[in-house]
Amino acid sequence: MGTAVEQASQDPGETPPAPAPRAKRRDARFPLAVLALTAALLVTLTLAVTIGPVAISPLTVWQIALARMTGLAAGEWSAAHENIVWLIRLPRVFLAAIIGAGLAVVGVAMQAAVRNPLADPYILGISSGASLAAVLVILMGVFKFFGIYSLSVAAFFGSVMAFVIVITLAQNRGTLSPIRLILVGVALSYVLSAATSFVIFRADDAEGIRSVLFWLQGSVAGAKWSYLTLPLIALVIGTAYLILQARPLNALVAGEETAISLGVDTNRFRRVLMVVAAMITGVMVALAGAVGFVGLMMPHTVRLFVGSDHRRVLPVSLLAGAIFLVWVDVLARTIVQPEEMPLGVITGFLGGPFFIWLMRRNRNALGGGRS
Amino acid sequence: MTLHVEKVTWRVEDQTILSDVAVDVAAGELVGVLGPNGSGKSSLLRCIYRALKPDAGYIALNGDNVWNLDAKEAARRTATVLQETPGEFEFVVWEMVLMGRTPHKSMFARENAEDHDLVENALTQVGMLSFADRSFATLSGGEKQRVLIARALAQQARFLILDEPTNHLDVRYQLEVLDLVRGLGVTTFTALHDLNLAATYCDRLYLMEGGEIVAAGTPAEVVQPAILRKVFGVEAEVQVHPRTGKLHIVFLPAHAAVPSATAPAEAPASAVLVGGS
Repeated sequence: MGTAVEQASQDPGETPPAPAPRAKRRDARFPLAVLALTAALLVTLTLAVTIGPVAISPLTVWQIALARMTGLAAGEWSAAHENIVWLIRLPRVFLAAIIGAGLAVVGVAMQAAVRNPLADPYILGISSGASLAAVLVILMGVFKFFGIYSLSVAAFFGSVMAFVIVITLAQNRGTLSPIRLILVGVALSYVLSAATSFVIFRADDAEGIRSVLFWLQGSVAGAKWSYLTLPLIALVIGTAYLILQARPLNALVAGEETAISLGVDTNRFRRVLMVVAAMITGVMVALAGAVGFVGLMMPHTVRLFVGSDHRRVLPVSLLAGAIFLVWVDVLARTIVQPEEMPLGVITGFLGGPFFIWLMRRNRNALGGGRS
Repeated sequence: MTLHVEKVTWRVEDQTILSDVAVDVAAGELVGVLGPNGSGKSSLLRCIYRALKPDAGYIALNGDNVWNLDAKEAARRTATVLQETPGEFEFVVWEMVLMGRTPHKSMFARENAEDHDLVENALTQVGMLSFADRSFATLSGGEKQRVLIARALAQQARFLILDEPTNHLDVRYQLEVLDLVRGLGVTTFTALHDLNLAATYCDRLYLMEGGEIVAAGTPAEVVQPAILRKVFGVEAEVQVHPRTGKLHIVFLPAHAAVPSATAPAEAPASAVLVGGS
């Protein structure tokens, strides 16, 4: 069949022997990119702590952090600075980073699981379930017996409930089809949002309504070190699982039947993906509210740079999501000092135009065909 | 690798899509399945590559029931070239072909030099190596089809399933793709739309109608005017082409004269007509 092969080369400009494909060599450069992004994340975390009503130098930030972690004190700083850095800003900055990373990673997983670029971590009704629960807590005082954690506990249960309902209703003859998942998720979101609005409109607690609206747009204000453990565990375990499943994720994105023909048990895999994604998202939503945009756009932004291979998309999304949300939070707490903006306002204003600019710059990407 | 399909039945609600289907493909054979739209060709293929679980019946690869195999093991034995192409998420050609290694890799394994060599060889074999860095979405239909065949090659399966591999291709690529498959020497079961191509390239044919196999045998046994009239509702003349020595089917438009009695290659006596009364 030499003739078929010879005829096949139809590009007259190509002269054999062709150099090794770029795709083959790209793997070698990838660790460097991850290293660079990790460095950028460290710089971001440091700078974000220095910024605020009281300016603190990066050196002092590191000294305080090291002193608190290792007990070795070096340099001079006031107790006030130490409190600001260690008790207020560091946990907040870390929480923003973890939330950003988690939502970006879950966004990648969800888009692959339902094979739809419009999917985000909230596609299964998770944010609307959490929102309704949060509204009930803030405006009607249910779940009071959980004390200061009542909001988080309620939000988590709200998201899990919504997820279970969606998964149950989307089942059809033992299979979970992507389109059913999306449609049931959207439909349930409408129902839950209607209920949320109903509760808000029935309430005459103006301050409560304000804090509800704030919560619905997401915030990491008031973060404490103790808040970080759970989302960090969820992030590490979830991301590790997803990265190990990078090959099946690629196959799934390439097509349902393609994945089956490549030996992926798509039904089982999709179910596991949903549970992993729901757990991460549920924890994130419980702590920071429904931060929008990151989970939808960060994966796309990353794909524009590194392509669709999940071995690259997942780690890069994690780092980029963390960096992005830390800076969003810096803006949220500085632009209208001493007031705070919810994160959703900043992610929308900042991220939306940036993404549209990026997409238009890469005219061929995202549906235009890239060469 | 051999394929053995026995009494496979699949229903959706009350509708029977596949009814008592039996197919055998011997090692090294290229066997085609023909039939009008909706006759059950694709459903049959989907049962074999495990996208559908039949309600009844038995499908075996080298004697092992495919539904008793682990999903990865089934994919190591069977490679499938589908018409489905990825939509919104972009992969370059190299990545598409590298996906063929999926059933061979454990969760913790990384791609090694051997995997990359397999991908490079597969792309060379289909003449697409110089396209390795191109986005799959930007390729023409024929190029895409060859990349998907390369992926099947990288999958190193010894049984190949093709679902209408020549659909939407220019005639040159139709021949090219089938020449390529023929030349691989891999046991192949393919759905085909074009009767002339099927008669030219396949060792044996199955003809489906309404979810049943209605004819089976060599191209000469299956492609006969009487059978084509019954299954496709068309008048046709079947000749042996003087240069290819293969069957050549000429379709006669409704307003054309009834085929003359002198039409060559009239039904060999050995015709196998199964089912249908």
